[in-house]
Amino acid sequence: MRSTIAPRISLIIYLLALMLPVYWLINLSLRTNADIMSGMALWPHHPTLEKYRAIFADPTWVHAFGVSLSYVAINTVISVSVALPAAYAFNRYRFVGDKHLFFWLFTNLMAPSAVFALPFFNLFYAVGLFDTVWAVALAHCLFNVPLAVWILEGFVGGVPREIDETAAIDGYSFPRFFLRLFLPLIANGIGVTAFFCFMFSWVEQLLATTLTSSNALPFAAVMTRSYSASGMDWSLLAAAGVLTMVPGAVVIWFVRNHIAKGFALGRV
Amino acid sequence: MMDKPWNNKAWFFILPVLALVLFSSVLPVMTVVNYSLQDSMGVNNFFWNGDAWFRDLLDPSTEIGARFADALLRTFAFSFAALAVEIPLGIAVALCLPRRGWAVGISLVVTALPMLIPWNVVGTMWQIFARQDIGLFGAALTGIGLPYNVTQDSVSAWVTIVVIDVWHWTPLVILLSYAGLRAIPDAYYQAARIDGASRWAVFVNIELPKLRKVLVIAVLLRFMQTFMIYTEPVVVTGGGPGSATTFLSIDLVKIAIGQVDVGSAAAMSLVYYIIILTACWIFFTIMTQLERRGDS
Repeated sequence: MRSTIAPRISLIIYLLALMLPVYWLINLSLRTNADIMSGMALWPHHPTLEKYRAIFADPTWVHAFGVSLSYVAINTVISVSVALPAAYAFNRYRFVGDKHLFFWLFTNLMAPSAVFALPFFNLFYAVGLFDTVWAVALAHCLFNVPLAVWILEGFVGGVPREIDETAAIDGYSFPRFFLRLFLPLIANGIGVTAFFCFMFSWVEQLLATTLTSSNALPFAAVMTRSYSASGMDWSLLAAAGVLTMVPGAVVIWFVRNHIAKGFALGRV
Repeated sequence: MMDKPWNNKAWFFILPVLALVLFSSVLPVMTVVNYSLQDSMGVNNFFWNGDAWFRDLLDPSTEIGARFADALLRTFAFSFAALAVEIPLGIAVALCLPRRGWAVGISLVVTALPMLIPWNVVGTMWQIFARQDIGLFGAALTGIGLPYNVTQDSVSAWVTIVVIDVWHWTPLVILLSYAGLRAIPDAYYQAARIDGASRWAVFVNIELPKLRKVLVIAVLLRFMQTFMIYTEPVVVTGGGPGSATTFLSIDLVKIAIGQVDVGSAAAMSLVYYIIILTACWIFFTIMTQLERRGDS
Protein backbone atom coordinates (compact mmCIF):
# COMPACT_ATOMS: atom_id res chain seq x y z
CA MET A 1 0.00 0.00 0.00
CA ARG A 2 1.63 3.20 -1.13
CA SER A 3 -0.60 5.70 0.53
CA THR A 4 -3.21 5.05 3.17
CA ILE A 5 -4.23 8.64 3.76
CA ALA A 6 -6.77 9.00 0.95
CA PRO A 7 -8.63 5.74 1.69
CA ARG A 8 -8.71 6.59 5.40
CA ILE A 9 -10.24 9.99 4.75
CA SER A 10 -12.79 8.59 2.29
CA LEU A 11 -13.75 5.92 4.79
CA ILE A 12 -14.19 8.42 7.59
CA ILE A 13 -16.34 10.64 5.36
CA TYR A 14 -18.49 7.65 4.38
CA LEU A 15 -18.94 6.48 7.96
CA LEU A 16 -19.82 10.00 9.11
CA ALA A 17 -22.39 10.33 6.33
CA LEU A 18 -23.79 6.95 7.35
CA MET A 19 -24.19 8.05 10.95
CA LEU A 20 -25.69 11.44 10.18
CA PRO A 21 -29.36 10.34 10.05
CA VAL A 22 -28.81 8.29 13.20
CA TYR A 23 -27.23 11.23 14.93
CA TRP A 24 -30.13 13.44 13.88
CA LEU A 25 -32.59 10.99 15.40
CA ILE A 26 -30.66 10.95 18.68
CA ASN A 27 -30.45 14.74 18.60
CA LEU A 28 -34.25 15.08 18.23
CA SER A 29 -34.91 12.43 20.86
CA LEU A 30 -33.08 14.53 23.45
CA ARG A 31 -35.12 17.66 22.77
CA THR A 32 -38.69 18.57 23.60
CA ASN A 33 -41.23 19.10 20.82
CA ALA A 34 -41.43 22.82 21.51
CA ASP A 35 -37.66 22.99 21.22
CA ILE A 36 -37.66 21.00 17.95
CA MET A 37 -40.32 23.18 16.38
CA SER A 38 -38.67 26.42 17.44
CA GLY A 39 -35.82 25.97 14.97
CA MET A 40 -32.87 23.96 13.80
CA ALA A 41 -30.13 23.09 16.24
CA LEU A 42 -27.18 20.94 15.31
CA TRP A 43 -26.97 19.59 18.84
CA PRO A 44 -29.41 19.59 21.76
CA HIS A 45 -28.87 22.77 23.78
CA HIS A 46 -31.03 21.58 26.66
CA PRO A 47 -30.80 17.78 26.48
CA THR A 48 -33.54 15.93 28.33
CA LEU A 49 -34.29 12.24 28.80
CA GLU A 50 -37.97 12.98 29.35
CA LYS A 51 -39.19 10.97 26.34
CA TYR A 52 -37.11 7.93 27.20
CA ARG A 53 -38.52 8.05 30.71
CA ALA A 54 -42.03 8.30 29.25
CA ILE A 55 -41.44 5.20 27.12
CA PHE A 56 -40.07 3.13 29.98
CA ALA A 57 -42.95 4.20 32.20
CA ASP A 58 -45.60 3.12 29.69
CA PRO A 59 -46.51 -0.59 29.90
CA THR A 60 -47.61 -0.66 26.23
CA TRP A 61 -44.11 0.22 25.03
CA VAL A 62 -42.34 -2.07 27.49
CA HIS A 63 -44.64 -4.96 26.62
CA ALA A 64 -44.13 -4.38 22.89
CA PHE A 65 -40.38 -4.39 23.33
CA GLY A 66 -40.64 -7.77 25.07
CA VAL A 67 -42.89 -9.05 22.27
CA SER A 68 -40.40 -8.07 19.60
CA LEU A 69 -37.51 -9.68 21.42
CA SER A 70 -39.45 -12.89 22.10
CA TYR A 71 -40.59 -13.58 18.55
CA VAL A 72 -37.11 -12.83 17.28
CA ALA A 73 -35.63 -15.23 19.86
CA ILE A 74 -38.17 -18.00 19.12
CA ASN A 75 -37.61 -17.62 15.42
CA THR A 76 -33.82 -17.72 15.74
CA VAL A 77 -33.90 -20.88 17.88
CA ILE A 78 -36.33 -22.68 15.53
CA SER A 79 -34.51 -21.63 12.37
CA VAL A 80 -31.04 -22.61 13.54
CA SER A 81 -32.07 -25.93 15.07
CA VAL A 82 -34.02 -27.24 12.07
CA ALA A 83 -31.41 -25.91 9.66
CA LEU A 84 -28.45 -27.68 11.30
CA PRO A 85 -29.24 -31.27 10.23
CA ALA A 86 -30.44 -30.07 6.84
CA ALA A 87 -27.24 -28.14 6.21
CA TYR A 88 -25.25 -31.23 7.18
CA ALA A 89 -27.26 -33.42 4.80
CA PHE A 90 -26.95 -30.99 1.89
CA ASN A 91 -23.22 -30.71 2.33
CA ARG A 92 -22.33 -34.34 3.02
CA TYR A 93 -24.68 -36.46 0.92
CA ARG A 94 -26.30 -36.69 -2.44
CA PHE A 95 -29.90 -37.82 -2.52
CA VAL A 96 -32.97 -37.83 -4.73
CA GLY A 97 -33.92 -34.25 -5.54
CA ASP A 98 -31.17 -32.58 -3.53
CA LYS A 99 -30.36 -29.86 -6.05
CA HIS A 100 -34.00 -29.03 -6.75
CA LEU A 101 -34.75 -28.90 -3.05
CA PHE A 102 -31.83 -26.57 -2.38
CA PHE A 103 -32.95 -24.26 -5.14
CA TRP A 104 -36.52 -24.31 -3.90
CA LEU A 105 -35.38 -23.39 -0.38
CA PHE A 106 -33.31 -20.64 -1.89
CA THR A 107 -36.34 -19.18 -3.70
CA ASN A 108 -38.13 -18.84 -0.37
CA LEU A 109 -35.36 -16.58 0.77
CA MET A 110 -36.51 -14.25 -1.96
CA ALA A 111 -40.23 -14.55 -1.22
CA PRO A 112 -41.78 -11.07 -1.16
CA SER A 113 -43.55 -10.43 2.13
CA ALA A 114 -46.27 -8.49 0.35
CA VAL A 115 -47.34 -11.66 -1.49
CA PHE A 116 -47.55 -13.60 1.75
CA ALA A 117 -49.21 -11.06 4.02
CA LEU A 118 -52.82 -11.89 3.21
CA PRO A 119 -52.53 -15.72 3.02
CA PHE A 120 -50.56 -15.72 6.28
CA PHE A 121 -53.25 -13.67 7.91
CA ASN A 122 -55.88 -16.23 6.87
CA LEU A 123 -53.68 -19.19 7.81
CA PHE A 124 -52.78 -18.02 11.29
CA TYR A 125 -56.30 -16.82 11.91
CA ALA A 126 -57.58 -20.28 11.00
CA VAL A 127 -55.19 -22.12 13.32
CA GLY A 128 -55.79 -19.70 16.18
CA LEU A 129 -52.29 -18.25 16.35
CA PHE A 130 -53.23 -14.77 15.12
CA ASP A 131 -51.96 -12.00 17.40
CA THR A 132 -49.45 -14.22 19.22
CA VAL A 133 -45.67 -14.11 19.10
CA TRP A 134 -45.76 -17.60 17.58
CA ALA A 135 -47.52 -16.36 14.45
CA VAL A 136 -44.74 -13.87 13.74
CA ALA A 137 -41.98 -16.32 14.73
CA LEU A 138 -43.37 -18.99 12.37
CA ALA A 139 -44.04 -16.52 9.56
CA HIS A 140 -40.45 -15.30 9.68
CA CYS A 141 -39.32 -18.92 9.24
CA LEU A 142 -40.40 -18.42 5.62
CA PHE A 143 -37.12 -16.65 4.88
CA ASN A 144 -34.99 -17.38 7.94
CA VAL A 145 -35.00 -21.19 7.67
CA PRO A 146 -33.69 -21.17 4.07
CA LEU A 147 -31.21 -18.46 5.05
CA ALA A 148 -29.94 -20.53 7.98
CA VAL A 149 -29.60 -23.64 5.78
CA TRP A 150 -27.72 -21.62 3.21
CA ILE A 151 -25.23 -20.06 5.65
CA LEU A 152 -24.70 -23.21 7.71
CA GLU A 153 -24.10 -25.31 4.60
CA GLY A 154 -21.06 -23.13 3.90
CA PHE A 155 -19.73 -23.63 7.42
CA VAL A 156 -20.35 -27.40 7.37
CA GLY A 157 -18.33 -27.50 4.15
CA GLY A 158 -15.41 -25.91 6.03
CA VAL A 159 -15.09 -28.99 8.27
CA PRO A 160 -13.06 -31.77 6.59
CA ARG A 161 -15.01 -34.96 6.00
CA GLU A 162 -12.18 -37.01 7.54
CA ILE A 163 -13.43 -35.88 10.94
CA ASP A 164 -16.80 -37.58 10.37
CA GLU A 165 -15.06 -40.76 9.24
CA THR A 166 -12.58 -40.82 12.14
CA ALA A 167 -15.42 -40.36 14.63
CA ALA A 168 -17.33 -43.25 13.08
CA ILE A 169 -14.24 -45.48 13.34
CA ASP A 170 -13.75 -44.43 16.95
CA GLY A 171 -17.21 -45.77 17.67
CA TYR A 172 -19.17 -42.55 18.07
CA SER A 173 -22.88 -42.98 17.34
CA PHE A 174 -24.16 -40.38 14.89
CA PRO A 175 -26.16 -38.25 17.35
CA ARG A 176 -23.26 -38.22 19.79
CA PHE A 177 -20.81 -37.30 17.05
CA PHE A 178 -23.10 -34.56 15.78
CA LEU A 179 -23.81 -32.99 19.15
CA ARG A 180 -20.51 -33.47 20.94
CA LEU A 181 -17.92 -33.20 18.18
CA PHE A 182 -19.45 -31.55 15.16
CA LEU A 183 -21.46 -28.69 16.65
CA PRO A 184 -18.51 -27.25 18.62
CA LEU A 185 -16.51 -27.25 15.39
CA ILE A 186 -19.01 -24.99 13.67
CA ALA A 187 -19.81 -22.86 16.74
CA ASN A 188 -18.72 -19.68 14.95
CA GLY A 189 -20.98 -20.58 12.05
CA ILE A 190 -23.91 -21.08 14.39
CA GLY A 191 -23.20 -17.70 15.95
CA VAL A 192 -23.10 -15.97 12.60
CA THR A 193 -26.28 -17.74 11.46
CA ALA A 194 -28.09 -16.77 14.63
CA PHE A 195 -26.98 -13.21 14.05
CA PHE A 196 -28.45 -13.13 10.55
CA CYS A 197 -31.70 -14.75 11.69
CA PHE A 198 -31.92 -12.19 14.46
CA MET A 199 -31.27 -9.39 12.03
CA PHE A 200 -33.85 -10.34 9.42
CA SER A 201 -36.53 -11.12 11.98
CA TRP A 202 -35.87 -7.91 13.92
CA VAL A 203 -36.08 -5.62 10.90
CA GLU A 204 -39.05 -7.23 9.10
CA GLN A 205 -42.22 -5.28 9.81
CA LEU A 206 -44.80 -5.97 7.11
CA LEU A 207 -45.59 -9.52 8.28
CA ALA A 208 -45.04 -8.67 11.93
CA THR A 209 -47.69 -5.96 11.84
CA THR A 210 -50.11 -7.86 9.61
CA LEU A 211 -50.18 -10.88 11.94
CA THR A 212 -50.72 -9.00 15.19
CA SER A 213 -53.33 -6.59 16.45
CA SER A 214 -53.01 -5.77 20.13
CA ASN A 215 -51.54 -8.49 22.39
CA ALA A 216 -48.48 -9.18 20.31
CA LEU A 217 -47.91 -5.86 18.64
CA PRO A 218 -44.19 -5.36 17.94
CA PHE A 219 -42.35 -2.31 19.24
CA ALA A 220 -41.88 -0.68 15.87
CA ALA A 221 -45.61 -1.06 15.16
CA VAL A 222 -46.56 0.67 18.40
CA MET A 223 -44.36 3.45 17.12
CA THR A 224 -46.25 3.78 13.84
CA ARG A 225 -49.54 3.68 15.67
CA SER A 226 -48.53 6.27 18.22
CA TYR A 227 -47.87 8.84 15.59
CA SER A 228 -51.19 8.54 13.98
CA ALA A 229 -52.89 8.77 17.36
CA SER A 230 -51.16 11.71 18.98
CA GLY A 231 -50.54 13.96 16.02
CA MET A 232 -46.82 14.33 15.54
CA ASP A 233 -44.84 13.75 18.69
CA TRP A 234 -41.51 13.91 16.87
CA SER A 235 -39.45 13.73 19.97
CA LEU A 236 -41.19 10.58 21.27
CA LEU A 237 -40.95 8.99 17.84
CA ALA A 238 -37.23 9.73 17.70
CA ALA A 239 -36.64 8.31 21.18
CA ALA A 240 -38.50 5.09 20.28
CA GLY A 241 -36.52 4.87 17.05
CA VAL A 242 -33.25 5.18 18.94
CA LEU A 243 -34.33 2.38 21.28
CA THR A 244 -35.00 0.01 18.35
CA MET A 245 -31.35 0.34 17.36
CA VAL A 246 -30.01 -0.80 20.71
CA PRO A 247 -30.53 -4.60 20.42
CA GLY A 248 -29.04 -4.63 16.93
CA ALA A 249 -26.00 -2.65 18.03
CA VAL A 250 -25.46 -4.97 21.01
CA VAL A 251 -25.75 -8.15 18.93
CA ILE A 252 -23.49 -6.92 16.18
CA TRP A 253 -20.81 -5.95 18.68
CA PHE A 254 -20.58 -9.59 19.76
CA VAL A 255 -20.13 -10.99 16.25
CA ARG A 256 -17.95 -8.18 14.89
CA ASN A 257 -14.89 -10.40 14.54
CA HIS A 258 -16.76 -13.16 12.77
CA ILE A 259 -19.02 -11.15 10.56
CA ALA A 260 -16.63 -10.72 7.63
CA LYS A 261 -15.66 -14.39 7.84
CA GLY A 262 -19.33 -15.31 8.05
CA PHE A 263 -20.02 -13.37 4.89
CA ALA A 264 -17.14 -15.07 3.06
CA LEU A 265 -17.76 -18.62 4.19
CA GLY A 266 -21.48 -18.54 4.58
CA ARG A 267 -22.05 -16.59 1.37
CA VAL A 268 -24.87 -14.51 2.71
CA MET B 1 -17.52 -32.30 -5.07
CA MET B 2 -18.48 -35.31 -7.13
CA ASP B 3 -17.36 -37.82 -4.48
CA LYS B 4 -20.22 -37.16 -2.07
CA PRO B 5 -21.78 -40.48 -1.05
CA TRP B 6 -25.28 -41.20 -2.32
CA ASN B 7 -27.57 -41.66 0.64
CA ASN B 8 -31.32 -41.20 0.51
CA LYS B 9 -31.57 -41.44 4.29
CA ALA B 10 -30.29 -37.85 4.26
CA TRP B 11 -33.92 -36.96 3.57
CA PHE B 12 -34.64 -37.53 7.26
CA PHE B 13 -32.29 -34.66 8.07
CA ILE B 14 -34.23 -32.43 5.73
CA LEU B 15 -37.67 -33.35 7.09
CA PRO B 16 -37.94 -30.70 9.83
CA VAL B 17 -37.01 -27.96 7.38
CA LEU B 18 -39.39 -29.37 4.83
CA ALA B 19 -42.30 -29.53 7.27
CA LEU B 20 -41.74 -25.97 8.38
CA VAL B 21 -41.37 -24.59 4.87
CA LEU B 22 -44.41 -26.50 3.64
CA PHE B 23 -46.39 -24.78 6.36
CA SER B 24 -44.93 -21.31 5.94
CA SER B 25 -44.50 -21.24 2.17
CA VAL B 26 -46.40 -23.83 0.17
CA LEU B 27 -49.65 -23.47 2.07
CA PRO B 28 -49.82 -19.66 1.63
CA VAL B 29 -48.78 -19.86 -2.02
CA MET B 30 -51.54 -22.38 -2.71
CA THR B 31 -54.01 -20.03 -1.04
CA VAL B 32 -52.88 -17.30 -3.41
CA VAL B 33 -53.25 -19.61 -6.42
CA ASN B 34 -56.73 -20.46 -5.21
CA TYR B 35 -57.75 -16.80 -4.90
CA SER B 36 -56.28 -15.91 -8.26
CA LEU B 37 -58.71 -18.23 -10.05
CA GLN B 38 -61.83 -17.11 -8.28
CA ASP B 39 -63.98 -14.07 -7.84
CA SER B 40 -65.72 -13.22 -4.61
CA MET B 41 -69.15 -11.83 -3.91
CA GLY B 42 -68.94 -10.62 -0.36
CA VAL B 43 -67.26 -12.64 2.37
CA ASN B 44 -66.58 -16.32 1.73
CA ASN B 45 -68.70 -16.48 -1.39
CA PHE B 46 -66.31 -17.50 -4.14
CA PHE B 47 -66.91 -18.70 -7.66
CA TRP B 48 -64.64 -19.97 -10.40
CA ASN B 49 -63.20 -17.24 -12.57
CA GLY B 50 -60.61 -19.11 -14.61
CA ASP B 51 -57.78 -17.08 -16.03
CA ALA B 52 -59.73 -13.81 -16.29
CA TRP B 53 -57.68 -11.99 -13.64
CA PHE B 54 -54.49 -12.92 -15.43
CA ARG B 55 -55.80 -11.81 -18.84
CA ASP B 56 -56.78 -8.42 -17.41
CA LEU B 57 -53.50 -8.06 -15.61
CA LEU B 58 -51.28 -8.77 -18.59
CA ASP B 59 -53.29 -6.59 -20.97
CA PRO B 60 -52.07 -2.99 -20.60
CA SER B 61 -55.27 -1.60 -22.15
CA THR B 62 -57.34 -2.53 -19.07
CA GLU B 63 -57.20 -0.35 -15.97
CA ILE B 64 -55.54 -2.92 -13.75
CA GLY B 65 -53.21 -3.97 -16.55
CA ALA B 66 -51.98 -0.42 -17.10
CA ARG B 67 -51.52 0.03 -13.39
CA PHE B 68 -49.56 -3.19 -13.15
CA ALA B 69 -47.36 -2.34 -16.14
CA ASP B 70 -46.58 1.09 -14.66
CA ALA B 71 -45.73 -0.31 -11.24
CA LEU B 72 -43.55 -3.00 -12.80
CA LEU B 73 -41.65 -0.44 -14.84
CA ARG B 74 -41.17 1.80 -11.81
CA THR B 75 -39.90 -1.11 -9.75
CA PHE B 76 -37.37 -2.12 -12.40
CA ALA B 77 -36.22 1.49 -12.74
CA PHE B 78 -35.80 1.73 -8.98
CA SER B 79 -33.84 -1.56 -8.76
CA PHE B 80 -31.58 -0.39 -11.55
CA ALA B 81 -30.95 3.04 -10.01
CA ALA B 82 -30.21 1.60 -6.57
CA LEU B 83 -27.86 -1.09 -7.91
CA ALA B 84 -26.02 1.38 -10.13
CA VAL B 85 -25.05 3.40 -7.05
CA GLU B 86 -24.70 0.68 -4.43
CA ILE B 87 -22.42 -1.78 -6.20
CA PRO B 88 -19.62 0.67 -7.19
CA LEU B 89 -19.91 2.56 -3.90
CA GLY B 90 -19.83 -0.69 -1.92
CA ILE B 91 -16.68 -1.91 -3.68
CA ALA B 92 -15.00 1.48 -3.24
CA VAL B 93 -15.70 1.62 0.49
CA ALA B 94 -14.65 -2.02 0.96
CA LEU B 95 -11.29 -1.13 -0.61
CA CYS B 96 -10.88 1.66 1.95
CA LEU B 97 -11.65 -0.49 5.00
CA PRO B 98 -8.59 -1.34 7.09
CA ARG B 99 -7.48 -4.97 7.00
CA ARG B 100 -6.05 -5.26 10.47
CA GLY B 101 -5.75 -3.33 13.67
CA TRP B 102 -8.18 -1.86 16.17
CA ALA B 103 -10.10 0.08 13.52
CA VAL B 104 -11.46 -3.07 11.83
CA GLY B 105 -14.04 -3.98 14.48
CA ILE B 106 -15.39 -0.49 14.96
CA SER B 107 -15.58 0.23 11.21
CA LEU B 108 -17.49 -3.01 10.59
CA VAL B 109 -19.93 -2.37 13.42
CA VAL B 110 -20.65 1.18 12.25
CA THR B 111 -20.99 0.01 8.64
CA ALA B 112 -23.43 -2.74 9.48
CA LEU B 113 -25.61 -0.72 11.86
CA PRO B 114 -28.14 0.58 9.27
CA MET B 115 -29.03 -3.01 8.34
CA LEU B 116 -30.12 -3.75 11.91
CA ILE B 117 -32.71 -1.01 12.18
CA PRO B 118 -36.33 -2.12 11.69
CA TRP B 119 -37.47 -1.04 8.25
CA ASN B 120 -40.26 1.24 9.34
CA VAL B 121 -37.88 2.94 11.76
CA VAL B 122 -35.56 3.54 8.80
CA GLY B 123 -38.57 5.11 7.11
CA THR B 124 -39.42 7.26 10.12
CA MET B 125 -35.81 8.31 10.55
CA TRP B 126 -35.62 9.52 6.97
CA GLN B 127 -39.09 11.01 7.08
CA ILE B 128 -37.77 13.25 9.84
CA PHE B 129 -34.35 13.72 8.23
CA ALA B 130 -35.86 14.81 4.89
CA ARG B 131 -38.30 17.38 6.28
CA GLN B 132 -37.50 20.97 5.51
CA ASP B 133 -38.52 22.28 8.92
CA ILE B 134 -36.91 19.82 11.33
CA GLY B 135 -34.73 17.58 9.16
CA LEU B 136 -31.09 18.24 8.43
CA PHE B 137 -31.16 16.71 4.93
CA GLY B 138 -34.27 18.57 3.77
CA ALA B 139 -33.20 21.82 5.37
CA ALA B 140 -29.72 21.62 3.86
CA LEU B 141 -31.05 20.96 0.35
CA THR B 142 -33.59 23.75 0.63
CA GLY B 143 -30.89 25.96 2.12
CA ILE B 144 -28.69 25.67 -0.97
CA GLY B 145 -31.68 26.59 -3.12
CA LEU B 146 -32.84 23.24 -4.49
CA PRO B 147 -36.59 22.79 -5.01
CA TYR B 148 -36.76 19.89 -2.59
CA ASN B 149 -40.06 18.58 -1.25
CA VAL B 150 -40.67 14.88 -0.67
CA THR B 151 -44.44 15.02 -0.47
CA GLN B 152 -45.07 17.40 -3.38
CA ASP B 153 -42.38 16.81 -5.93
CA SER B 154 -41.91 13.42 -7.57
CA VAL B 155 -38.23 13.96 -8.42
CA SER B 156 -37.49 14.71 -4.76
CA ALA B 157 -39.46 11.67 -3.69
CA TRP B 158 -37.54 9.42 -6.07
CA VAL B 159 -34.16 10.82 -5.09
CA THR B 160 -35.02 10.40 -1.43
CA ILE B 161 -36.11 6.77 -1.81
CA VAL B 162 -32.95 5.91 -3.74
CA VAL B 163 -30.77 7.74 -1.18
CA ILE B 164 -32.50 5.84 1.63
CA ASP B 165 -31.91 2.53 -0.08
CA VAL B 166 -28.26 3.41 -0.72
CA TRP B 167 -27.85 4.45 2.89
CA HIS B 168 -29.60 1.34 4.15
CA TRP B 169 -28.13 -1.39 1.95
CA THR B 170 -24.73 -0.32 0.60
CA PRO B 171 -23.35 -1.82 3.86
CA LEU B 172 -24.37 -5.28 2.59
CA VAL B 173 -22.34 -4.79 -0.58
CA ILE B 174 -19.45 -3.44 1.48
CA LEU B 175 -19.39 -6.40 3.86
CA LEU B 176 -19.63 -8.91 1.02
CA SER B 177 -16.86 -7.23 -0.97
CA TYR B 178 -14.72 -6.85 2.14
CA ALA B 179 -15.05 -10.58 2.85
CA GLY B 180 -14.06 -11.30 -0.76
CA LEU B 181 -11.05 -8.97 -0.53
CA ARG B 182 -9.83 -10.55 2.69
CA ALA B 183 -9.77 -13.94 0.96
CA ILE B 184 -7.06 -12.72 -1.45
CA PRO B 185 -3.64 -14.01 -0.27
CA ASP B 186 -1.00 -11.35 0.47
CA ALA B 187 1.34 -13.07 -2.00
CA TYR B 188 -0.77 -11.71 -4.87
CA TYR B 189 -0.20 -8.13 -3.72
CA GLN B 190 3.52 -8.73 -3.19
CA ALA B 191 3.85 -10.12 -6.71
CA ALA B 192 2.04 -7.05 -8.05
CA ARG B 193 4.35 -4.75 -6.09
CA ILE B 194 7.43 -6.47 -7.52
CA ASP B 195 6.00 -6.02 -11.01
CA GLY B 196 5.44 -2.36 -10.23
CA ALA B 197 1.71 -2.57 -10.99
CA SER B 198 -0.37 0.57 -10.52
CA ARG B 199 -3.23 0.69 -8.00
CA TRP B 200 -5.73 0.51 -10.86
CA ALA B 201 -3.96 -2.48 -12.42
CA VAL B 202 -4.07 -4.31 -9.08
CA PHE B 203 -7.78 -3.61 -8.84
CA VAL B 204 -8.63 -4.73 -12.36
CA ASN B 205 -6.34 -7.76 -12.54
CA ILE B 206 -6.33 -9.12 -8.99
CA GLU B 207 -9.16 -7.77 -6.90
CA LEU B 208 -12.02 -7.59 -9.37
CA PRO B 209 -11.68 -11.20 -10.65
CA LYS B 210 -11.53 -12.48 -7.06
CA LEU B 211 -14.60 -10.45 -6.19
CA ARG B 212 -16.68 -11.86 -9.02
CA LYS B 213 -18.37 -14.51 -6.92
CA VAL B 214 -19.34 -12.28 -4.01
CA LEU B 215 -20.47 -9.60 -6.44
CA VAL B 216 -22.88 -12.01 -8.12
CA ILE B 217 -24.36 -12.69 -4.69
CA ALA B 218 -24.46 -8.98 -3.89
CA VAL B 219 -26.25 -8.16 -7.15
CA LEU B 220 -28.71 -11.01 -6.61
CA LEU B 221 -29.58 -10.03 -3.05
CA ARG B 222 -29.80 -6.36 -3.81
CA PHE B 223 -31.90 -6.91 -6.92
CA MET B 224 -34.36 -9.06 -4.98
CA GLN B 225 -34.56 -6.71 -2.04
CA THR B 226 -35.00 -3.58 -4.13
CA PHE B 227 -37.56 -5.38 -6.25
CA MET B 228 -39.56 -6.16 -3.10
CA ILE B 229 -39.17 -2.76 -1.44
CA TYR B 230 -42.20 -1.86 0.62
CA THR B 231 -41.81 -0.41 4.08
CA GLU B 232 -39.50 2.56 3.51
CA PRO B 233 -41.45 4.23 0.67
CA VAL B 234 -44.74 3.56 2.45
CA VAL B 235 -43.53 5.42 5.52
CA VAL B 236 -41.69 8.23 3.75
CA THR B 237 -43.83 8.99 0.68
CA GLY B 238 -46.84 6.70 1.04
CA GLY B 239 -46.31 5.79 -2.62
CA GLY B 240 -46.77 9.39 -3.73
CA PRO B 241 -46.83 12.07 -4.81
CA GLY B 242 -49.59 10.68 -6.99
CA SER B 243 -48.28 7.22 -7.72
CA ALA B 244 -44.70 8.29 -8.43
CA THR B 245 -43.18 5.91 -5.90
CA THR B 246 -45.88 3.22 -5.87
CA PHE B 247 -43.75 0.13 -6.40
CA LEU B 248 -45.16 -3.35 -7.01
CA SER B 249 -45.32 -4.43 -3.38
CA ILE B 250 -47.08 -1.25 -2.39
CA ASP B 251 -49.64 -1.55 -5.16
CA LEU B 252 -50.20 -5.17 -4.23
CA VAL B 253 -50.94 -4.39 -0.60
CA LYS B 254 -53.14 -1.45 -1.65
CA ILE B 255 -55.24 -3.67 -3.90
CA ALA B 256 -55.38 -6.68 -1.59
CA ILE B 257 -56.00 -4.98 1.75
CA GLY B 258 -57.09 -1.47 0.81
CA GLN B 259 -59.58 -2.41 -1.90
CA VAL B 260 -60.19 -6.03 -0.76
CA ASP B 261 -59.84 -7.01 -4.39
CA VAL B 262 -58.41 -10.40 -3.49
CA GLY B 263 -58.67 -12.02 -6.91
CA SER B 264 -56.65 -9.53 -8.92
CA ALA B 265 -54.23 -8.99 -6.04
CA ALA B 266 -53.58 -12.74 -6.01
CA ALA B 267 -53.05 -12.86 -9.76
CA MET B 268 -50.69 -9.93 -9.42
CA SER B 269 -48.86 -11.69 -6.58
CA LEU B 270 -48.31 -14.75 -8.72
CA VAL B 271 -46.99 -12.86 -11.73
CA TYR B 272 -44.74 -10.88 -9.39
CA TYR B 273 -43.55 -14.06 -7.71
CA ILE B 274 -42.86 -15.71 -11.07
CA ILE B 275 -40.68 -12.76 -12.13
CA ILE B 276 -38.74 -13.12 -8.89
CA LEU B 277 -38.38 -16.88 -9.31
CA THR B 278 -37.09 -16.45 -12.86
CA ALA B 279 -34.50 -13.89 -11.79
CA CYS B 280 -33.60 -16.16 -8.90
CA TRP B 281 -33.12 -19.14 -11.21
CA ILE B 282 -30.89 -17.18 -13.58
CA PHE B 283 -28.66 -15.97 -10.75
CA PHE B 284 -28.59 -19.40 -9.12
CA THR B 285 -27.43 -20.98 -12.37
CA ILE B 286 -24.69 -18.39 -12.82
CA MET B 287 -23.61 -18.88 -9.24
CA THR B 288 -23.39 -22.67 -9.30
CA GLN B 289 -21.48 -22.38 -12.58
CA LEU B 290 -18.99 -20.02 -10.94
CA GLU B 291 -18.65 -22.34 -7.97
CA ARG B 292 -18.00 -25.32 -10.18
CA ARG B 293 -15.32 -23.39 -12.01
CA GLY B 294 -13.82 -22.41 -8.64
CA ASP B 295 -13.66 -26.08 -7.57
CA SER B 296 -11.79 -27.33 -10.59
